[in-house]
Amino acid sequence: MIPLGHYLVVSAILFAIGTAGVFLRRNLITILLSIEIMLNAVNLSFVAFGRSHGTVDGQIITFFVMTVAAAEAAVGLAIVIALFRHRESLNPDAFTSLKW
Amino acid sequence: MIALIPLFPLLGFVINASMGRRLPKAVSGAIACLVMLASFAVSLMVVWQLANLAPPQRVIEQTLYTWIASGDFVLDLTLRVDPLAAVMILVITGIGSLIHIYSTAYMHEESAPEYARYFSYLNLFAFFMLVLVLGANFLVLFIGWEGVGLCSYLLIGFWFEKKSAADAGKKAFVVNRIGDYAFILGTLLLFVRFGTLDFQRIASAVAPLAPDSDFGALSLATLLLFIGATGKSAQIPLYVWLPDAMEGPTPVSALIHAATMVTAGVYMIGRNAVLFSHAPETMAVVAVIGAATALMAGTIGLVQNDIKRVLAYSTVSQLGYMFLAMGVGAFGAGIFHLYTHAFFKACLFLGSGAVIHALHGEQDIRNMGGLKASLPITYWTFLIGSLAIAGVPGLAGFFSKDEILFDTFAHGYTILWTIGILTSLLTATYMFRLVFLTFHGERRHEAPAPEHPEEEEAAAHPSHQPAADPLHPSHRPATADSHSHGNHLHDAPPAMALALVVLALGSVLAGYIGIPAALGGHNAIGGWLAPSFSARSVTTLATGQVAEAGQEASGTGEAAGEGERGLELSLMVVSSIVAVVGIGLAAFIWLKRREIADRLAATFPGVYRLLLNKYYVDEIYDATIVQPIRIVSQEGLWRGVDVHIIDGAVNGTASIVDGSSSLLRRLQSGSVRAYAGSLFIGVVLILGYYLWR
Repeated sequence: MIPLGHYLVVSAILFAIGTAGVFLRRNLITILLSIEIMLNAVNLSFVAFGRSHGTVDGQIITFFVMTVAAAEAAVGLAIVIALFRHRESLNPDAFTSLKW
Repeated sequence: MIALIPLFPLLGFVINASMGRRLPKAVSGAIACLVMLASFAVSLMVVWQLANLAPPQRVIEQTLYTWIASGDFVLDLTLRVDPLAAVMILVITGIGSLIHIYSTAYMHEESAPEYARYFSYLNLFAFFMLVLVLGANFLVLFIGWEGVGLCSYLLIGFWFEKKSAADAGKKAFVVNRIGDYAFILGTLLLFVRFGTLDFQRIASAVAPLAPDSDFGALSLATLLLFIGATGKSAQIPLYVWLPDAMEGPTPVSALIHAATMVTAGVYMIGRNAVLFSHAPETMAVVAVIGAATALMAGTIGLVQNDIKRVLAYSTVSQLGYMFLAMGVGAFGAGIFHLYTHAFFKACLFLGSGAVIHALHGEQDIRNMGGLKASLPITYWTFLIGSLAIAGVPGLAGFFSKDEILFDTFAHGYTILWTIGILTSLLTATYMFRLVFLTFHGERRHEAPAPEHPEEEEAAAHPSHQPAADPLHPSHRPATADSHSHGNHLHDAPPAMALALVVLALGSVLAGYIGIPAALGGHNAIGGWLAPSFSARSVTTLATGQVAEAGQEASGTGEAAGEGERGLELSLMVVSSIVAVVGIGLAAFIWLKRREIADRLAATFPGVYRLLLNKYYVDEIYDATIVQPIRIVSQEGLWRGVDVHIIDGAVNGTASIVDGSSSLLRRLQSGSVRAYAGSLFIGVVLILGYYLWR
């Protein structure tokens, strides 16, 4: 039986990788993937907590997150395609015109 | 029935104000005259009705509706005719009608819309003036009081394209506001003291009280009311607007600034006779101010060169007489003089209007002379008016002025009587100076209206300072030259002649309703007016039927004993002699030896300049009141408070928002990553706070 702490450490590492990806990568698609990693890190900790408490709550909420993530990925990719058509670029720093 | 009296002129105003633009001149003029005549007819009927009642019951009331009902305080819009109001409505509608008729000829050079505008103002004025004298309480009186002020402003500034006329209108309005402010305060004080604004109720509440022994609430209230009266009736210190008001058309000067509106203050004191006679200190102030005004205006009138300004100062002076009468408690005599003055002063003003009309706008008497032959009707009527105002025995002014002087003397005010006699001398002199300079001698200018009379003056009298001469060259607009008669002067046209002749007849005959007991008469007008100056009891007032005369009759003529009779006769002889001497003096100086006047002016240049410049009162007011207010307003309130504090607060708010926004907007970079980063940091901080707190 692997203790809860291990799962949480893995989850934290995954979340940190995802966060770093969001902030450091210069490609919108990669950033979207990084966000997926962060979501899945959270999913992992939900499931681990559910298992350790002996309830199914964690699994249920994980399914919700996966569903929302699928929808989000669809919308996000659609926006990325639209942005790419607009600017011929996937670098987020190219899209800073929305300001004062 | 009573309501019809003011409503007729209001109807005329509504018609001329709404449709006058499209009406031909004959129609709008006829409407204005007809409504005034209708109002006069109704007034006659009402007064006849009033005269048929027993003297103590002579009150007719009509309550139109309840204006204000608030708790215990009920104020009705009530019109009330009593003997005093009866005299006033007859003067207003009677003389008003004549002046309307006169105006149809005098204003015939105006375009149709202007003509209708003029008559609509004139009718509106008559409406407000009638409301003023018919109102049964202070608030209704105040409607009329303010309304006539408005009409006066509109009519003084009738030729508003001319700056001097527009300025004169503003001056009249502003100076009147000062008086009205005091008037409102006095009214409020009376309301606080008595809980009512009805004249009769106040009078019956005051009647049983002892007169104010020292300066109390009654004295203060009446003094405030009197300040209001000095504004409306052009007394010291607020008389300065009236001479400038001569910028208006001449019939307006006759109607508003001689016969009716300016007497409103006198009327108001007469209306509150019981109240004022309980405030001896105020009465003394009224008498002294009246006498001082009479004398001062008389001296100024002696040297003015504008025909209308001489008459304006004469009006101020005669109003001073009326206030003198009021102040010594001779209310009947004051109102009697108001009534006779309305005739002869209207006659004089209309006569001066006929002269100005004939000369195409010339108003400077130094450019007149010798008009007797070409303007016979104007000459004779003007002469009769002058004789009446000078107090020549047998004419209207003699009876009323003598009654005032006699009452002043009989009440023990010897100094005021002396001032009155002196003013009487001045009146005769300056009026006949006007007559002689205008109508007698040689015509000094054949050509109509020179552009710069000052230059002529400088050539004729090199010793004078023409620049100091406050002349207004022409009071008619340029259209006045539309009928060019050359040297031929035309006398007053029929409409003007009618008004002149009727008023001249009035100037002769009007006095005969007040023949004093000393001359075998029984002072009918004094007896007629007496009930108005006494309190009626409240209970009878409520039924509106019976009213009993109070104890405070303004006993003048009737109670005159044998000794007083002798005194009155001798005083009459004195003032008759004074009048004749004044006329003789004027004849000697300005008819026989004109150089005397110039020599006198050259001998006493200081006095002459002082009088010519009207004691520099306008300049003193300008320096002490107008300029400080202007400077405080401009430098303090405008450039200081408005620009710095009020604008500063608004602009300061804006610049604070602007400054903080320019800092805050750096946060909105448009970079998604920066937003995500700040979101992340924020979440970490909040979580950290909850974890480690």
